[in-house]
Amino acid sequence: MNIYNILEKIGDLNSESSPKSRRESIFGLGSVGKSIALAAVPFSILATIPAVGKAGNTKSITDVLNFALTLEYLEYEYYDMGVKESSLIPEEDRAIFEQIRKHEDAHVKFLTATIKALGGTPVTSPKFDFTAGGAFKPFSAYGDFLALSQGFEDTGVRAYKGQAGNLISNNDVLTAALQIHSVEARHASEVRRLRMKNGMDPMNKGWITGSSRGTLPAPTQAIYDGEDNVTQGGVDIKTITTYSVDAITEAFDEALTSEQTLAIASLFIVK
Amino acid sequence: MEKTDVNAEKGVFNKPMGRLSFLKYTGASAAATGLLMVGCRNIWDEVMPPGHTMAVDLGSGDIGVLNYAYALEQLEAAFYTQVVDTPYGGMTAEETQILKDLKYHEVIHRDFLKAALGSKAIKGLTVNFSSINFSSRDSVLNTAKAFEDLGVSAYNGAGKLIVDANYLLLAGKIVSVEARHAATIRDLLNPKSADFAGDDVVSVDKGLDGAKTPAEVLKVAGKYIKDKLDASHLPKN
Repeated sequence: MNIYNILEKIGDLNSESSPKSRRESIFGLGSVGKSIALAAVPFSILATIPAVGKAGNTKSITDVLNFALTLEYLEYEYYDMGVKESSLIPEEDRAIFEQIRKHEDAHVKFLTATIKALGGTPVTSPKFDFTAGGAFKPFSAYGDFLALSQGFEDTGVRAYKGQAGNLISNNDVLTAALQIHSVEARHASEVRRLRMKNGMDPMNKGWITGSSRGTLPAPTQAIYDGEDNVTQGGVDIKTITTYSVDAITEAFDEALTSEQTLAIASLFIVK
Repeated sequence: MEKTDVNAEKGVFNKPMGRLSFLKYTGASAAATGLLMVGCRNIWDEVMPPGHTMAVDLGSGDIGVLNYAYALEQLEAAFYTQVVDTPYGGMTAEETQILKDLKYHEVIHRDFLKAALGSKAIKGLTVNFSSINFSSRDSVLNTAKAFEDLGVSAYNGAGKLIVDANYLLLAGKIVSVEARHAATIRDLLNPKSADFAGDDVVSVDKGLDGAKTPAEVLKVAGKYIKDKLDASHLPKN
């Protein structure tokens, strides 16, 4: 079973936006087209996908975990390649990425073991192309490596958050997923501030302001769309605080559906 | 366990700090003073029946869990409000910006939870920061680190207690911001090290962050809250 089968099982997609047709639409394009597609796809499929996290949504726990495992495969391979690439990561930054790699490796192993323990079959790792068809040079340009790292971590936070509701029936799995979720958020914060320190995004903070991608390239905008939400639980936060809209949006991270997440990750998955 | 807590609470009331000396002790600025005085009225302006402690019942079900979160956010908001009002010497521009942001975020979390809970919200709690030296960077940042790590583990542990998936999502939206805070504070204390998600807080074998029960969390948080919190009606799993 590959990730597209998983997506099909999780997503309740209608026939018009089946994984196959979307995959073809993305991978049928050249690298420039891919960049455009990354920004455009989430909007085009938003209307057709059900919201995650609603009570009564009954996704298979192991399908959700396989979705998470795919993201962890992506992250682990990315950091493993980065750490092994001599002269990519400056010595003073290495401890950060060795720590992140260690966590992603542990997540892959933990999710694999959990899926097996639940009687499921762990997906195998897809083949990744971290250049996204030549758009990025993460293993030769440190700036690209940091940019994609931020993108992957911020995506990971949103992806796990979006699946919490689908795990609500299993206390142990839900708790573990939340425990991974906050680790991804720690990673995201650190990498965002590292990009600030290294001058790649001097205004970058550990948290996300509005739906700003900062100095990340335009194709990553889908990672931040929706982060400018100011209404939480039916409360318009603007009406209960004197603090700025920026502060309001920073105070809450937003979720991504599995479909939105895969639309982002698909850029880096080889057919 | 319960008995010990009750005795500790009695100790507070047997030797109540006068309002003035309490404020002098905390070195609060004018703005914070107003906040603290409002808080203090909760205790000193109410008649305490002899032999009774004034426990704040967090309640049951999802409301209880949200009140539990509201209590923790009150603690964090009060802490960063005082940090910003009485900055330690040598606070850098970056640290000032970060600590202000943390104040904004925690106050927003607090006020949001209060608004969401409406009439079911617990009262405003009175904090006790006598163990914190607000003029010391080391004391402030290490307390911030402890509060943020505690907050992360509290939300992580409380997720399974929530029944309504909408509330679970809301908790998820807040906890990742707390984790971002935790990493940032940890990086201020030990820049560019592995500490932002250190082996002391993220398990090495599974890569999992902390998850604590309300009892475990309140045992720590309770040291900084004058009111006794009654978590006995919270869901157990």
